[in-house]
Amino acid sequence: MKKEVKSSAPADSEIVLGILNDSKETLSRLYISYFPMVLQLVLKNNGDEDDAKDVFQESVIVLYNKVKAGNFELNSKLKTFLYSVCRRLWLKRLNEQSKTIRNIQDFSEIIAVEDDLEKHEEKDRQFAIMESALIQLGEPCKTIIEDYYIQNRSMQEICEKFGYTNADNAKTQKYKCLQRLKKLFFQT
Amino acid sequence: MKSDLELTNLIDAYLKGELAGSALADFEQLRKSDPSFDMKVVEHRNFISNLSDYGSRVKLSSDMNAIHESLDIQAIKNEVAPEAPKVIRLWKKYRINTAIAASVAFIAVSATLLSTGYFSKSISTNVNLLRREINSIKRSQNALIKNINDKPVKGPADPGEFGGTGFALSSNGYVVTNFHVVKGADSVYVQNSEGEAFKVKLIYIDPAYDLAVLQITDPAFEKLASLPYTFKKAASDVGEDVFTIGFPRDEQVLGKGYVSAKNGYAGDTVAYQVSIPVNPGNSGGPLLDNRGNVIGIINGKQALLDGAAFAIKSSFILKSIEAIPQDSLDEKLVVNKRNTLAGLSRKDQFKKLEPYIYMVKVY
Repeated sequence: MKKEVKSSAPADSEIVLGILNDSKETLSRLYISYFPMVLQLVLKNNGDEDDAKDVFQESVIVLYNKVKAGNFELNSKLKTFLYSVCRRLWLKRLNEQSKTIRNIQDFSEIIAVEDDLEKHEEKDRQFAIMESALIQLGEPCKTIIEDYYIQNRSMQEICEKFGYTNADNAKTQKYKCLQRLKKLFFQT
Repeated sequence: MKSDLELTNLIDAYLKGELAGSALADFEQLRKSDPSFDMKVVEHRNFISNLSDYGSRVKLSSDMNAIHESLDIQAIKNEVAPEAPKVIRLWKKYRINTAIAASVAFIAVSATLLSTGYFSKSISTNVNLLRREINSIKRSQNALIKNINDKPVKGPADPGEFGGTGFALSSNGYVVTNFHVVKGADSVYVQNSEGEAFKVKLIYIDPAYDLAVLQITDPAFEKLASLPYTFKKAASDVGEDVFTIGFPRDEQVLGKGYVSAKNGYAGDTVAYQVSIPVNPGNSGGPLLDNRGNVIGIINGKQALLDGAAFAIKSSFILKSIEAIPQDSLDEKLVVNKRNTLAGLSRKDQFKKLEPYIYMVKVY
């Protein structure tokens, strides 16, 4: 019993452009357009909505990484790409839970996404390492590093936020933090 | 040579694009001239990009979670949920109708069973009837005598009481019946087919063979014509057609059957097993073969078993007659040797036998 999921999907090129510009609106439209499809896939194949959420968000991350890497070629529909990624991810997860499905029920065409997933796994590993390194780093280093390198705040702002007497002190502190983070990151 | 701290800060500034003019040129110059510094820059940049990847992913995740929160998941779920198979849809649609139909059927069946008394019947009583008691060796013969103990004693004038059957041994008033028929009797009468009752006395009993010989002492009794039947000395064969006449009710009743076994109950060699319809009151009746020879005297039937009646073999009747001391008899008991029934049809045999068969009434 297949049921076509109908939605007014935005044009693929718009989305790619939106991803490159970090548009929140694009992300929202992407989510609303394609999440039902993945939910259907997971529900129909032994999963629940939380599984669907995890799988879908991971697939969006894969898409973002791929687009932002700059070498994104749109050789299939975005929908097909996302579906294929989710399908692979879900099958893998089922396999890990040692729940095997003989016949997965498909709702869309699929393309080969193994390369993308390999890259994603590598990135995933680094993400996990970075996450644990940052947690081990502790405060205030974590916030200083995040503010400076991720939020791209100026040294001056950080200096005021943490109450350092001058920017040089803050810079020294930031340097020490970074050294520790590097150590933590590379030792794992 | 600048310290590592200074270098790092410099690289950070460079990567953020804060260097300008001569500082930028100096930096580029340093990278070209010092490969180790260049490596440091590349290494640092990679790490920072790693860090920013991490940051953007965290941001993306939190953004997506926010979007996810804003969605009505249940609604989407219902929309995409796999459609139930046809059977389930039909069931959902018609389950009330089905329930009503089932209730009606149930009530109708229950009412029918109730009104026909199905529930009040006890089924267990049917089961015992067909069970054969192998271990029990108790004598389960029902004496075919009717129980008249509780009837008031009224004397011979009472026309309606009877206990068994007897038949003439000779034309001068000797009658044979079963011992169990006359056992414990105060007085015994015999009544012929005309309805005439005669007082008899007990002249001989043989409890072992369940036989009793009576003599009609009534002055009203007139000598009979000579007996039409004889007593067979030899044993009869299994399968031989036989008939009997008895008084299971107020009237002579003819029963027909065949010898079904050489021996009686539990291998009793005194009797035959006969397949013949007999009822209480038949006890003491003659068992005759087709030629009109008495081959036995009916004495019982097996309880809990259909079609198994028993008859004392005629040879034991003759033995009993011989055992009677002739001196004690008023008149001579001579057993008839001439058969006049052979070759007659059954109805003619019956007519001829009628006067010689008595109802034995015991008080």
